[in-house]
Amino acid sequence: MTTQPFAPLSDAALVLCTMLVFMVPLACIGLTLVNAGLARSRSAAHSTVSSLCVLSTAAIAYVVFGFSFQGVPGGPAHALAVAGKEWNWIAAEPLFLRGLRLDLSALSLTLLLQIFSVGLAALIPLSSGADRWRLGAICGSTILVAACTYPLFAHWVWGGGWLAQLGKIYGLGSGFIDGGGSGTIQVLGGIAALSISWILGPRSGKYEPSGGTTVIPAAIPAHNIVLVLLGCLFAGVGWMGLNSAGAILLSGVHPSRVILIAVNTILAASASGLTAAAVTGIRFRRPDASLVANAWIAGLVASSAGAPFLKPAAAILVGGVAGAMVPFAVEILEFRLTLDDAGGAVSVHAIAGVWGLFSVAALSDAGAQNGSHGQWLAQLVGVATLLGFVLPLTYSLNWLLNAVYRQRVDLEGESRGMDLHELGAGAYPEFVVHRDDFMQS
Amino acid sequence: MKLAGLLLLTAGWVIVISAIALLPSPIGKAGFVLAGIAVEFLGLAVVTYSHSALNTERE
Repeated sequence: MTTQPFAPLSDAALVLCTMLVFMVPLACIGLTLVNAGLARSRSAAHSTVSSLCVLSTAAIAYVVFGFSFQGVPGGPAHALAVAGKEWNWIAAEPLFLRGLRLDLSALSLTLLLQIFSVGLAALIPLSSGADRWRLGAICGSTILVAACTYPLFAHWVWGGGWLAQLGKIYGLGSGFIDGGGSGTIQVLGGIAALSISWILGPRSGKYEPSGGTTVIPAAIPAHNIVLVLLGCLFAGVGWMGLNSAGAILLSGVHPSRVILIAVNTILAASASGLTAAAVTGIRFRRPDASLVANAWIAGLVASSAGAPFLKPAAAILVGGVAGAMVPFAVEILEFRLTLDDAGGAVSVHAIAGVWGLFSVAALSDAGAQNGSHGQWLAQLVGVATLLGFVLPLTYSLNWLLNAVYRQRVDLEGESRGMDLHELGAGAYPEFVVHRDDFMQS
Repeated sequence: MKLAGLLLLTAGWVIVISAIALLPSPIGKAGFVLAGIAVEFLGLAVVTYSHSALNTERE
């Protein structure tokens, strides 16, 4: 079966989209810097090399397998008949991009955007697996994201799949709306981060029982907060490209909305960062730099779904709520649920991303022609699919990978640091940053 | 525990998509979608509990 493609873009719009797509790698650079800065100094080089390996593996796996499963609206796909209605569930494009002409067409730009987007999604779990995730396992897990989970869900949302068709088939608003990827990129990456965090377990010494039943997690601070904050600035620029190009190429939004999208993106991030500064300032008597940085990213994440449809005041509200949620989410996950998510990926990408998806139904008029009730249901079905299908699938695949190839480094490697253990050299060989950082055991 | 939690997550999703595909009335759809999501949250709680660092320590 095939679905309807979007309206063709003018030459000027294609040039604009090309520039926007070329901005997206800045988001990947941003997340790389954030992950490296939040890791321990003895794992900083490993974190950065891992980011390069993730981006490379994701690009190749997506081109070889992923794009053929994801496809584009109007392309060939397989459908299941359920109660007399057709459910488009997977694309049927050829492997290795066979037959695809790579020129300045919307299809080619969509492919390029997706190569960067899948890399961005696969970078997210690096944050939660910091200081203990082996490089080989990182590449294996990236293949699972780029070749399986991401293309499948992205087809349902952006490739004319059943989630996108909920409006047409069942009258649920305009179907599941995710303009720039709050769900498809961020929540999916956050879910992978949650699975990795569960499978790897906490870092050694993070949760040491102190005699009683209560365990207070050890604080393992970021080794370079300047890198983290610089990464946030890069991410802000990259996200403007991601949200704009995604909305135009993947959701069929008119290119004239590009300024609105950029304004909403920056407003959401700004509101989120400021809210987190205020919340942590009130709670801890001074703003917490790493939580403010995390909240800035969370604002960008939450803005992605609705940036093309929100009014600027609503974008500020979206960011403000995301920024207020992040410090509490990080605390609950770390203290109550004892989840060692080193860089806060689950709070920043999964939880803020879900809020972004709901904000489309709550604060925008997208899908209002069929009643806001229908749009709420469509967004709920999308979130339920992430939670009830993508999470079990991601966890199971990574569990299988772990059974074949142990994902966590051994205790000796963890105590020496990932840099020395896996790369043979540290990120800062001329400086003794921490007493035991480069100690040969 | 982990398997039970994962099965609950999947069962919740099956309830959600069955409601969308099979129920004609919007109120029925909404009710069952919310029920399915509640089942998913139950599954998430079970999986989270089974992975708790405190549980791991005890084991």
